[in-house]
Amino acid sequence: MGYEFDFSAISENIGLLLHGAGLTIGLTAIAATVGMALSIGGAAAALWGPGWLRRIVGVYVELIRNTPFIVQLFFIFFGLPSLGVKLTAFEAAALAMTINLTAYGIEIVRAGIEAVPPGQREAGFALGIAPISTFIYIVLPQAIAVVYPALVSQIVITMLESAVVSQVAVTDLTHAADLIQSRTYRAFETYFAVTLIYLGMALLMRWLFNRAGRQLFAGKR
Amino acid sequence: MVTLSLADIIPFLLLAARWTLLLSAIAFVGGATGATLLLLWRYGAPKVGGVATSLYIQLFQGTPLLLQLFLVFFGLPLLGVEVSPLAAAGIALTCYASAFLAEIWRGCVDAIPRGQWDASASLGMNFLTQMRYVILPQSLKIAVPPTVGFLVQLLKSTALASIVGFNELTRSGQIVANATFQPFLIYGLVALIYFAMCYPLTVGSRVLERRMRISR
Repeated sequence: MGYEFDFSAISENIGLLLHGAGLTIGLTAIAATVGMALSIGGAAAALWGPGWLRRIVGVYVELIRNTPFIVQLFFIFFGLPSLGVKLTAFEAAALAMTINLTAYGIEIVRAGIEAVPPGQREAGFALGIAPISTFIYIVLPQAIAVVYPALVSQIVITMLESAVVSQVAVTDLTHAADLIQSRTYRAFETYFAVTLIYLGMALLMRWLFNRAGRQLFAGKR
Repeated sequence: MVTLSLADIIPFLLLAARWTLLLSAIAFVGGATGATLLLLWRYGAPKVGGVATSLYIQLFQGTPLLLQLFLVFFGLPLLGVEVSPLAAAGIALTCYASAFLAEIWRGCVDAIPRGQWDASASLGMNFLTQMRYVILPQSLKIAVPPTVGFLVQLLKSTALASIVGFNELTRSGQIVANATFQPFLIYGLVALIYFAMCYPLTVGSRVLERRMRISR
Protein backbone atom coordinates (compact mmCIF):
# COMPACT_ATOMS: atom_id res chain seq x y z
CA MET A 1 0.00 0.00 0.00
CA GLY A 2 2.13 2.84 -1.24
CA TYR A 3 -0.64 5.40 -1.49
CA GLU A 4 -0.33 8.56 0.53
CA PHE A 5 -3.27 10.86 0.85
CA ASP A 6 -2.61 14.40 -0.23
CA PHE A 7 -5.29 17.01 0.28
CA SER A 8 -3.21 19.97 -0.92
CA ALA A 9 -5.18 19.94 -4.18
CA ILE A 10 -8.22 21.05 -2.17
CA SER A 11 -6.61 23.97 -0.37
CA GLU A 12 -4.94 25.17 -3.56
CA ASN A 13 -8.22 25.27 -5.44
CA ILE A 14 -10.48 26.65 -2.76
CA GLY A 15 -11.58 29.51 -5.03
CA LEU A 16 -12.78 27.09 -7.70
CA LEU A 17 -14.71 25.08 -5.11
CA LEU A 18 -16.33 28.18 -3.63
CA HIS A 19 -17.42 29.32 -7.07
CA GLY A 20 -18.87 25.87 -7.73
CA ALA A 21 -20.66 25.76 -4.39
CA GLY A 22 -22.10 29.22 -5.09
CA LEU A 23 -23.44 28.03 -8.42
CA THR A 24 -24.99 24.93 -6.85
CA ILE A 25 -26.70 27.10 -4.25
CA GLY A 26 -27.80 29.58 -6.94
CA LEU A 27 -29.36 26.84 -9.05
CA THR A 28 -31.09 25.41 -6.01
CA ALA A 29 -32.42 28.85 -5.05
CA ILE A 30 -33.87 29.39 -8.53
CA ALA A 31 -35.42 25.91 -8.60
CA ALA A 32 -36.81 26.30 -5.07
CA THR A 33 -38.33 29.75 -5.63
CA VAL A 34 -39.86 29.16 -9.05
CA GLY A 35 -40.65 25.54 -8.18
CA MET A 36 -42.59 26.46 -5.03
CA ALA A 37 -44.68 29.06 -6.85
CA LEU A 38 -45.47 26.56 -9.61
CA SER A 39 -46.16 23.81 -7.07
CA ILE A 40 -48.79 25.91 -5.34
CA GLY A 41 -50.41 26.80 -8.66
CA GLY A 42 -50.18 23.20 -9.81
CA ALA A 43 -51.68 21.82 -6.60
CA ALA A 44 -54.59 24.28 -6.81
CA ALA A 45 -55.10 23.31 -10.47
CA ALA A 46 -54.98 19.60 -9.59
CA LEU A 47 -57.65 20.08 -6.89
CA TRP A 48 -60.05 22.63 -8.33
CA GLY A 49 -59.07 23.15 -11.97
CA PRO A 50 -61.19 22.11 -14.95
CA GLY A 51 -60.98 18.44 -15.98
CA TRP A 52 -58.50 18.92 -18.82
CA LEU A 53 -56.12 20.93 -16.65
CA ARG A 54 -56.30 18.35 -13.87
CA ARG A 55 -55.39 15.64 -16.37
CA ILE A 56 -52.44 17.64 -17.71
CA VAL A 57 -51.09 18.23 -14.19
CA GLY A 58 -51.55 14.52 -13.41
CA VAL A 59 -49.66 13.39 -16.51
CA TYR A 60 -46.88 15.91 -15.83
CA VAL A 61 -46.44 14.77 -12.25
CA GLU A 62 -46.38 11.07 -13.16
CA LEU A 63 -44.03 11.54 -16.12
CA ILE A 64 -41.47 13.48 -14.11
CA ARG A 65 -41.67 11.35 -10.99
CA ASN A 66 -41.17 8.13 -12.93
CA THR A 67 -38.13 9.11 -15.01
CA PRO A 68 -34.55 9.81 -13.87
CA PHE A 69 -33.45 13.42 -13.42
CA ILE A 70 -30.39 12.89 -15.61
CA VAL A 71 -32.58 11.78 -18.53
CA GLN A 72 -34.79 14.86 -18.06
CA LEU A 73 -31.68 17.03 -18.10
CA PHE A 74 -30.31 15.38 -21.25
CA PHE A 75 -33.70 15.68 -22.92
CA ILE A 76 -33.84 19.40 -22.19
CA PHE A 77 -30.21 20.19 -22.96
CA PHE A 78 -29.60 17.94 -25.99
CA GLY A 79 -33.12 17.27 -27.20
CA LEU A 80 -34.86 20.65 -27.14
CA PRO A 81 -32.41 22.41 -29.50
CA SER A 82 -33.71 20.21 -32.33
CA LEU A 83 -37.09 21.90 -31.76
CA GLY A 84 -35.36 25.27 -32.05
CA VAL A 85 -35.21 25.89 -28.28
CA LYS A 86 -31.55 26.66 -27.59
CA LEU A 87 -30.58 26.86 -23.94
CA THR A 88 -27.24 27.43 -22.28
CA ALA A 89 -26.10 24.69 -19.93
CA PHE A 90 -27.01 26.83 -16.93
CA GLU A 91 -30.49 27.59 -18.25
CA ALA A 92 -31.07 23.92 -19.07
CA ALA A 93 -29.95 22.91 -15.57
CA ALA A 94 -32.15 25.52 -13.88
CA LEU A 95 -35.12 24.49 -16.02
CA ALA A 96 -34.61 20.76 -15.41
CA MET A 97 -34.26 21.27 -11.66
CA THR A 98 -37.36 23.48 -11.54
CA ILE A 99 -39.43 21.03 -13.57
CA ASN A 100 -38.28 18.15 -11.38
CA LEU A 101 -38.87 19.91 -8.07
CA THR A 102 -42.29 21.18 -9.18
CA ALA A 103 -43.56 17.65 -9.88
CA TYR A 104 -42.75 16.55 -6.32
CA GLY A 105 -43.82 19.91 -4.90
CA ILE A 106 -47.30 19.66 -6.42
CA GLU A 107 -47.93 16.34 -4.69
CA ILE A 108 -46.62 17.63 -1.37
CA VAL A 109 -48.59 20.91 -1.44
CA ARG A 110 -51.71 19.04 -2.51
CA ALA A 111 -51.40 16.72 0.47
CA GLY A 112 -51.06 19.81 2.67
CA ILE A 113 -54.18 21.45 1.24
CA GLU A 114 -56.13 18.24 1.73
CA ALA A 115 -55.02 18.16 5.36
CA VAL A 116 -56.64 21.54 6.09
CA PRO A 117 -60.16 20.95 7.45
CA PRO A 118 -62.80 21.94 4.85
CA GLY A 119 -64.46 24.09 7.51
CA GLN A 120 -61.68 26.64 7.12
CA ARG A 121 -62.55 27.18 3.49
CA GLU A 122 -66.27 27.21 4.17
CA ALA A 123 -65.82 29.70 6.98
CA GLY A 124 -63.92 31.97 4.59
CA PHE A 125 -66.74 31.76 2.06
CA ALA A 126 -69.35 32.32 4.77
CA LEU A 127 -67.58 35.55 5.72
CA GLY A 128 -67.85 36.69 2.10
CA ILE A 129 -64.13 36.45 1.41
CA ALA A 130 -63.40 35.85 -2.28
CA PRO A 131 -62.38 32.25 -3.11
CA ILE A 132 -58.91 33.32 -4.24
CA SER A 133 -58.33 35.32 -1.03
CA THR A 134 -59.66 32.43 1.04
CA PHE A 135 -57.12 30.19 -0.64
CA ILE A 136 -54.17 32.58 -0.29
CA TYR A 137 -54.80 33.90 3.22
CA ILE A 138 -56.61 31.07 4.99
CA VAL A 139 -56.03 27.66 3.40
CA LEU A 140 -52.51 28.02 1.97
CA PRO A 141 -50.64 29.17 5.13
CA GLN A 142 -52.06 26.25 7.09
CA ALA A 143 -51.37 23.81 4.27
CA ILE A 144 -47.74 24.90 3.89
CA ALA A 145 -47.23 24.78 7.66
CA VAL A 146 -48.28 21.10 7.67
CA VAL A 147 -46.02 20.00 4.81
CA TYR A 148 -43.13 22.39 5.44
CA PRO A 149 -40.71 19.63 6.57
CA ALA A 150 -41.46 17.58 3.45
CA LEU A 151 -40.89 20.63 1.24
CA VAL A 152 -37.56 21.31 2.94
CA SER A 153 -36.48 17.69 2.37
CA GLN A 154 -37.44 17.92 -1.27
CA ILE A 155 -35.42 21.12 -1.76
CA VAL A 156 -32.39 19.50 -0.11
CA ILE A 157 -32.82 16.44 -2.36
CA THR A 158 -32.94 18.74 -5.39
CA MET A 159 -29.70 20.38 -4.26
CA LEU A 160 -28.01 16.98 -3.88
CA GLU A 161 -29.34 15.70 -7.20
CA SER A 162 -28.04 18.83 -8.91
CA ALA A 163 -24.56 17.24 -8.80
CA VAL A 164 -25.62 15.63 -12.07
CA VAL A 165 -25.74 18.96 -13.93
CA SER A 166 -21.93 18.86 -14.03
CA GLN A 167 -22.47 16.33 -16.82
CA VAL A 168 -23.68 19.05 -19.19
CA ALA A 169 -20.72 21.25 -18.22
CA VAL A 170 -22.47 23.54 -15.75
CA THR A 171 -19.61 24.73 -13.54
CA ASP A 172 -21.21 23.65 -10.27
CA LEU A 173 -19.49 22.11 -7.26
CA THR A 174 -19.16 18.63 -8.78
CA HIS A 175 -17.79 20.17 -11.97
CA ALA A 176 -15.15 21.95 -9.91
CA ALA A 177 -14.25 18.58 -8.40
CA ASP A 178 -14.00 17.00 -11.86
CA LEU A 179 -11.71 19.81 -12.95
CA ILE A 180 -9.45 19.58 -9.90
CA GLN A 181 -9.11 15.81 -10.08
CA SER A 182 -8.25 15.88 -13.79
CA ARG A 183 -5.53 18.46 -13.11
CA THR A 184 -4.05 16.91 -9.97
CA TYR A 185 -4.88 13.18 -10.38
CA ARG A 186 -6.12 13.25 -6.78
CA ALA A 187 -9.56 11.87 -7.58
CA PHE A 188 -10.35 10.29 -4.24
CA GLU A 189 -9.23 13.19 -2.06
CA THR A 190 -11.05 15.69 -4.24
CA TYR A 191 -14.34 13.81 -4.33
CA PHE A 192 -14.08 13.03 -0.63
CA ALA A 193 -13.65 16.71 0.26
CA VAL A 194 -16.45 17.75 -2.08
CA THR A 195 -18.76 15.09 -0.66
CA LEU A 196 -18.16 16.60 2.77
CA ILE A 197 -18.92 20.08 1.39
CA TYR A 198 -22.23 18.78 0.05
CA LEU A 199 -22.99 17.20 3.41
CA GLY A 200 -22.24 20.50 5.14
CA MET A 201 -24.45 22.38 2.70
CA ALA A 202 -27.31 19.91 3.17
CA LEU A 203 -27.10 20.12 6.97
CA LEU A 204 -26.82 23.92 6.91
CA MET A 205 -29.78 24.26 4.55
CA ARG A 206 -31.93 22.00 6.69
CA TRP A 207 -30.97 23.91 9.84
CA LEU A 208 -31.67 27.32 8.28
CA PHE A 209 -35.00 26.24 6.81
CA ASN A 210 -36.10 24.66 10.08
CA ARG A 211 -35.21 27.83 11.97
CA ALA A 212 -37.06 29.94 9.44
CA GLY A 213 -39.98 27.53 9.64
CA ARG A 214 -40.28 27.94 13.40
CA GLN A 215 -40.47 31.72 12.91
CA LEU A 216 -42.83 31.61 9.95
CA PHE A 217 -45.29 29.08 11.24
CA ALA A 218 -45.28 29.89 14.94
CA GLY A 219 -48.76 29.05 16.21
CA LYS A 220 -50.09 27.89 12.84
CA ARG A 221 -49.80 24.18 13.55
CA MET B 1 -23.73 10.51 -38.47
CA VAL B 2 -25.31 7.11 -38.70
CA THR B 3 -28.83 6.52 -39.93
CA LEU B 4 -30.65 3.99 -37.83
CA SER B 5 -34.31 3.11 -38.07
CA LEU B 6 -36.55 2.83 -35.06
CA ALA B 7 -36.54 -0.93 -35.62
CA ASP B 8 -32.82 -0.88 -34.82
CA ILE B 9 -32.92 1.66 -32.00
CA ILE B 10 -35.78 0.34 -29.88
CA PRO B 11 -34.46 -3.24 -29.49
CA PHE B 12 -31.01 -1.82 -28.70
CA LEU B 13 -32.43 0.34 -25.92
CA LEU B 14 -34.64 -2.44 -24.60
CA LEU B 15 -31.67 -4.78 -24.38
CA ALA B 16 -29.77 -2.10 -22.47
CA ALA B 17 -32.71 -1.77 -20.09
CA ARG B 18 -31.94 -5.32 -18.91
CA TRP B 19 -28.76 -3.96 -17.34
CA THR B 20 -30.76 -1.25 -15.61
CA LEU B 21 -33.01 -3.94 -14.17
CA LEU B 22 -30.07 -6.12 -13.17
CA LEU B 23 -28.35 -3.23 -11.41
CA SER B 24 -31.60 -2.33 -9.64
CA ALA B 25 -31.98 -5.93 -8.50
CA ILE B 26 -28.41 -6.08 -7.19
CA ALA B 27 -28.84 -2.79 -5.36
CA PHE B 28 -32.17 -3.85 -3.89
CA VAL B 29 -31.00 -7.24 -2.64
CA GLY B 30 -27.77 -5.72 -1.30
CA GLY B 31 -29.63 -2.77 0.19
CA ALA B 32 -32.22 -4.96 1.87
CA THR B 33 -29.48 -7.09 3.42
CA GLY B 34 -27.57 -4.02 4.55
CA ALA B 35 -30.66 -2.39 5.98
CA THR B 36 -31.59 -5.54 7.91
CA LEU B 37 -28.12 -5.67 9.45
CA LEU B 38 -28.29 -1.96 10.33
CA LEU B 39 -31.68 -2.43 11.99
CA LEU B 40 -30.56 -5.47 13.97
CA TRP B 41 -27.60 -3.45 15.19
CA ARG B 42 -29.81 -0.48 16.01
CA TYR B 43 -32.35 -2.42 18.05
CA GLY B 44 -29.94 -5.04 19.38
CA ALA B 45 -27.47 -2.51 20.80
CA PRO B 46 -29.49 0.71 21.13
CA LYS B 47 -26.62 2.78 22.56
CA VAL B 48 -23.79 2.24 20.07
CA GLY B 49 -25.87 0.87 17.21
CA GLY B 50 -28.45 3.62 17.46
CA VAL B 51 -25.89 6.38 17.07
CA ALA B 52 -23.84 4.55 14.44
CA THR B 53 -26.80 3.64 12.24
CA SER B 54 -28.30 7.11 12.33
CA LEU B 55 -24.89 8.57 11.44
CA TYR B 56 -24.68 6.16 8.52
CA ILE B 57 -28.16 7.12 7.35
CA GLN B 58 -27.46 10.87 7.71
CA LEU B 59 -24.24 10.50 5.75
CA PHE B 60 -25.78 8.70 2.79
CA GLN B 61 -28.96 10.75 2.72
CA GLY B 62 -27.03 14.01 3.00
CA THR B 63 -24.57 13.54 0.13
CA PRO B 64 -25.14 13.21 -3.62
CA LEU B 65 -25.33 9.65 -4.92
CA LEU B 66 -23.10 10.71 -7.83
CA LEU B 67 -20.26 11.49 -5.43
CA GLN B 68 -20.81 8.27 -3.47
CA LEU B 69 -20.41 6.52 -6.80
CA PHE B 70 -17.21 8.43 -7.60
CA LEU B 71 -15.77 7.64 -4.17
CA VAL B 72 -16.29 3.92 -4.69
CA PHE B 73 -15.07 4.06 -8.27
CA PHE B 74 -11.90 6.03 -7.49
CA GLY B 75 -11.43 4.96 -3.88
CA LEU B 76 -11.41 1.16 -4.10
CA PRO B 77 -8.51 1.07 -6.58
CA LEU B 78 -6.44 2.92 -3.94
CA LEU B 79 -6.99 -0.07 -1.66
CA GLY B 80 -5.71 -2.29 -4.43
CA VAL B 81 -9.16 -3.47 -5.53
CA GLU B 82 -9.83 -2.92 -9.22
CA VAL B 83 -13.54 -2.41 -9.78
CA SER B 84 -15.52 -2.64 -12.98
CA PRO B 85 -18.17 0.04 -13.55
CA LEU B 86 -20.87 -2.54 -12.71
CA ALA B 87 -19.20 -3.49 -9.43
CA ALA B 88 -18.64 0.16 -8.47
CA ALA B 89 -22.24 1.06 -9.24
CA GLY B 90 -23.49 -2.07 -7.45
CA ILE B 91 -21.51 -1.27 -4.30
CA ALA B 92 -22.41 2.43 -4.25
CA LEU B 93 -26.10 1.77 -4.85
CA THR B 94 -26.08 -0.97 -2.20
CA CYS B 95 -24.72 1.45 0.41
CA TYR B 96 -27.21 4.09 -0.72
CA ALA B 97 -30.18 1.72 -0.66
CA SER B 98 -29.15 0.35 2.76
CA ALA B 99 -29.42 3.84 4.23
CA PHE B 100 -32.82 4.62 2.72
CA LEU B 101 -34.34 1.20 3.43
CA ALA B 102 -33.02 1.26 7.00
CA GLU B 103 -34.71 4.62 7.50
CA ILE B 104 -38.00 3.45 5.97
CA TRP B 105 -38.04 0.18 7.90
CA ARG B 106 -37.02 1.87 11.13
CA GLY B 107 -40.26 3.82 10.91
CA CYS B 108 -42.16 0.58 10.41
CA VAL B 109 -40.52 -1.13 13.40
CA ASP B 110 -41.11 1.96 15.57
CA ALA B 111 -44.79 1.83 14.60
CA ILE B 112 -45.17 -1.49 16.48
CA PRO B 113 -46.65 -0.72 19.92
CA ARG B 114 -44.24 -0.90 22.85
CA GLY B 115 -46.47 -3.53 24.45
CA GLN B 116 -45.50 -6.06 21.78
CA TRP B 117 -41.85 -5.83 22.87
CA ASP B 118 -42.79 -6.01 26.55
CA ALA B 119 -45.18 -8.92 26.11
CA SER B 120 -42.72 -10.99 24.10
CA ALA B 121 -39.93 -10.19 26.56
CA SER B 122 -42.14 -11.29 29.44
CA LEU B 123 -42.62 -14.61 27.63
CA GLY B 124 -38.87 -15.08 27.91
CA MET B 125 -38.01 -14.41 24.27
CA ASN B 126 -34.56 -13.07 23.54
CA PHE B 127 -33.91 -10.22 21.08
CA LEU B 128 -33.61 -12.30 17.92
CA THR B 129 -36.66 -14.43 18.73
CA GLN B 130 -38.68 -11.28 19.45
CA MET B 131 -37.61 -9.81 16.13
CA ARG B 132 -38.19 -13.01 14.19
CA TYR B 133 -41.61 -14.00 15.55
CA VAL B 134 -43.22 -10.85 16.92
CA ILE B 135 -41.85 -7.58 15.60
CA LEU B 136 -40.77 -8.26 12.01
CA PRO B 137 -43.91 -10.10 10.84
CA GLN B 138 -46.01 -7.13 11.94
CA SER B 139 -43.72 -4.43 10.61
CA LEU B 140 -43.16 -6.20 7.29
CA LYS B 141 -46.81 -5.77 6.51
CA ILE B 142 -46.71 -1.99 6.79
CA ALA B 143 -43.27 -1.85 5.18
CA VAL B 144 -44.32 -3.17 1.78
CA PRO B 145 -45.91 -0.05 0.18
CA PRO B 146 -43.09 2.39 1.04
CA THR B 147 -40.49 -0.21 0.03
CA VAL B 148 -42.08 -0.59 -3.40
CA GLY B 149 -42.14 3.21 -3.61
CA PHE B 150 -38.43 3.31 -2.85
CA LEU B 151 -37.81 0.77 -5.62
CA VAL B 152 -38.90 3.46 -8.08
CA GLN B 153 -36.32 5.85 -6.66
CA LEU B 154 -33.65 3.15 -6.80
CA LEU B 155 -34.44 2.20 -10.38
CA LYS B 156 -34.16 5.83 -11.42
CA SER B 157 -30.91 6.21 -9.48
CA THR B 158 -29.24 3.48 -11.53
CA ALA B 159 -29.14 6.01 -14.39
CA LEU B 160 -26.16 7.61 -12.64
CA ALA B 161 -24.11 4.47 -13.33
CA SER B 162 -23.93 5.72 -16.92
CA ILE B 163 -21.54 8.44 -15.73
CA VAL B 164 -18.88 5.94 -14.65
CA GLY B 165 -19.30 4.15 -17.96
CA PHE B 166 -21.65 1.30 -17.11
CA ASN B 167 -23.60 0.47 -20.25
CA GLU B 168 -27.17 0.60 -18.99
CA LEU B 169 -30.17 2.33 -20.51
CA THR B 170 -29.07 5.97 -20.13
CA ARG B 171 -25.56 5.30 -21.42
CA SER B 172 -26.87 3.35 -24.40
CA GLY B 173 -29.20 6.26 -25.09
CA GLN B 174 -26.23 8.63 -25.05
CA ILE B 175 -24.33 6.40 -27.47
CA VAL B 176 -27.21 6.17 -29.92
CA ALA B 177 -28.00 9.88 -29.61
CA ASN B 178 -24.41 10.76 -30.39
CA ALA B 179 -24.35 8.45 -33.39
CA THR B 180 -27.66 9.45 -34.93
CA PHE B 181 -27.90 13.13 -33.96
CA GLN B 182 -31.49 12.59 -32.90
CA PRO B 183 -31.29 13.42 -29.19
CA PHE B 184 -34.91 14.52 -28.94
CA LEU B 185 -36.21 11.18 -30.18
CA ILE B 186 -33.64 9.03 -28.35
CA TYR B 187 -33.87 10.68 -24.93
CA GLY B 188 -37.65 10.73 -25.34
CA LEU B 189 -37.58 6.96 -25.92
CA VAL B 190 -35.20 6.41 -23.01
CA ALA B 191 -37.51 8.38 -20.73
CA LEU B 192 -40.49 6.35 -21.93
CA ILE B 193 -38.72 3.06 -21.20
CA TYR B 194 -37.87 4.26 -17.68
CA PHE B 195 -41.47 5.33 -17.29
CA ALA B 196 -42.69 1.91 -18.41
CA MET B 197 -40.52 0.28 -15.73
CA CYS B 198 -41.30 2.71 -12.91
CA TYR B 199 -44.95 3.53 -13.37
CA PRO B 200 -46.27 0.02 -12.58
CA LEU B 201 -44.26 0.11 -9.34
CA THR B 202 -45.67 3.55 -8.46
CA VAL B 203 -49.21 2.35 -9.07
CA GLY B 204 -48.53 -0.89 -7.19
CA SER B 205 -47.24 1.00 -4.18
CA ARG B 206 -50.31 3.24 -4.19
CA VAL B 207 -52.74 0.30 -4.47
CA LEU B 208 -51.00 -1.58 -1.65
CA GLU B 209 -51.15 1.48 0.55
CA ARG B 210 -54.84 1.99 -0.07
CA ARG B 211 -55.59 -1.67 0.56
CA MET B 212 -53.69 -1.51 3.85
CA ARG B 213 -55.57 1.57 5.00
CA ILE B 214 -58.86 -0.23 4.39
CA SER B 215 -57.82 -3.38 6.20
CA ARG B 216 -57.00 -1.48 9.36
